[in-house]
Amino acid sequence: MGGLLFVMLGVSLLTFFLAQMVPVDPAATALGANAREEQIAAYRAQIGLDKPATVQYVIYMGRLLRGDLGQSIRTRRPVIDDLGDYLPATIELSLAAMLVAVLVGIPLGVIASLHRNSWSDALARMFALVGGSMPVFYIGLLALGIFWRQLRWLPGPGRLDSAISAPPHISGLYTLDAALAGNWSLLTNAVGHLILPALVLGYFSAAVLLRMTRSAMLEVLGQDFVRTAKAKGLRDRVVVGRHVFKNALPPVLTTVGMTFGSLLSGAVLTETIFSWPGLGRYATTSVTTLDYPAVMGVTLVAAIVYPLVNTLVDIGYSLIDPRVRVS
Amino acid sequence: MATPQTATPLRLFTRRFRKETTAVIGLVIIVVFVILAVLAGLISPYPPLEQNIPASLQPPSVAYLFGADKLGRDIFSRILHGARISLFTGLSVVVMASSVGTLVGAIAGYLGGWWDEAIMRLTDIFFAFPSLILAMAIAGALGPSLQNALIAVAVVSWPIYARLMRGQVLVLRDQEFVQAARAIGMSNLRILLRHILPNTLSPLLVQASFDMGGTILAVSGLSFIGFGAQPPTPEWGVMISEGRNYITTQWWLTFFPAFAMLLVVTGFNLVGDGLRDILDPRLNK
Repeated sequence: MGGLLFVMLGVSLLTFFLAQMVPVDPAATALGANAREEQIAAYRAQIGLDKPATVQYVIYMGRLLRGDLGQSIRTRRPVIDDLGDYLPATIELSLAAMLVAVLVGIPLGVIASLHRNSWSDALARMFALVGGSMPVFYIGLLALGIFWRQLRWLPGPGRLDSAISAPPHISGLYTLDAALAGNWSLLTNAVGHLILPALVLGYFSAAVLLRMTRSAMLEVLGQDFVRTAKAKGLRDRVVVGRHVFKNALPPVLTTVGMTFGSLLSGAVLTETIFSWPGLGRYATTSVTTLDYPAVMGVTLVAAIVYPLVNTLVDIGYSLIDPRVRVS
Repeated sequence: MATPQTATPLRLFTRRFRKETTAVIGLVIIVVFVILAVLAGLISPYPPLEQNIPASLQPPSVAYLFGADKLGRDIFSRILHGARISLFTGLSVVVMASSVGTLVGAIAGYLGGWWDEAIMRLTDIFFAFPSLILAMAIAGALGPSLQNALIAVAVVSWPIYARLMRGQVLVLRDQEFVQAARAIGMSNLRILLRHILPNTLSPLLVQASFDMGGTILAVSGLSFIGFGAQPPTPEWGVMISEGRNYITTQWWLTFFPAFAMLLVVTGFNLVGDGLRDILDPRLNK
């Protein structure tokens, strides 16, 4: 817990330092081109820009501890409110992508390990290799071009068709909220919009999971207790399911947690391509418009997510592996 | 009579590497691209920036091997020049990140104590950031250009080298040959450079190989969203961005740069895999 706090302190320092480097006066930007010198000076004083950087940082930290991330220059709203709108979209997309990665990567990894050096193994490894080497933005554009513009099988960019309004806000995840509201046509629409970006974003993580699952399975398959289990006449399915897979799971689970961080990075490009109103897109627009209060907010939130997910993974670990609980 | 070759570490390594078929394929891909990049000026049929509006959006043909883009620029020539940029980005970022990371990690591992604690907490901070978001924020703050994108990606890439190096140094620090060197009065710096560093190269090399591919993808991703190389630079990410509206109709605008990138990155990943298998025999069953 102390480690997490220290990381947060460092992250806030780093983002603050970055904002200081921006060669643009936030006050002048906020007031627009027609503002007079003294107006800008007055506004600088009002938001504390006339003070030395160290004082500004103390003020910033003071606000931060009260949950105040400052005001976005572009949207003129509190950054925390903006993030509240954008974060659920990213969570929904990341969870869907993770689902894709787990459902594709782990079974393929298991199959590849059981049929080592066969054509199915070669195919699976090829799939993983391409997934780790392909520019995600090209796959995204291509998927949109084919499945939306050409074939019209799936809906286009965004979270919903433009004619459809969002479900009543409960969790902010449109699929979940639509299901909770019992609105099935809305749910189908939201799921339809989610499919392509989730597949594109999930592919990279699926590749990572596949490789990890395969090597973890191979490692366990070579151990003595597996031979014993086979020797005492257990059916293959029982050996693999109950003995091998269960023991191969911990490193795979760790990888799931670690790829979550890279999912957020991938989300920047995926969200840009699919006009997905999530954190990645908010970050891109904020950096483009040099809206550094917003950039600081979004990097801060993004930096919390990763240690948080890893803590959750540690908890998950202790549920499947009792040895961790003891230590 | 032929004298039997002595098994120097390098020969041993080459012999093992040749047995890794996929790694050899990866190396061949890289070498081919390096040659193409070096010779780009000689073998490109057209200058990469030369526009020829009548040839706009021409499909691949003898005159335009990979077709022409909207402004009638030859995509083949642009890919060749793009190879220069991508290999250069990969190399410069990996050199920057690995030299800073190795140095910092060596200090942490060798000096230990307070230094170690401080440096490792610093890497924790960098690891907390999703790398592309941090790189984007840095590139945005410095102003969008290829050079700044390189700096940004290097800033997010060094901590992994620091951790790797520290782990290695911690293992080596207390080994007898290092103690012996210390006993005969060698300076810390000399021990680090002459005795510890050469023994840590293999994991660093594996990481560097994977990072070459990762960096090429990251920098072109930054260029794609406008924070890296700027048009009309023949950078592969920029080319894909410029061709995005033609992705299904004039597929050659985006397919060839994406395919080139896939090949190069695959090459580095294959070599990385192969190196890891050779240097970590546990995984090589």
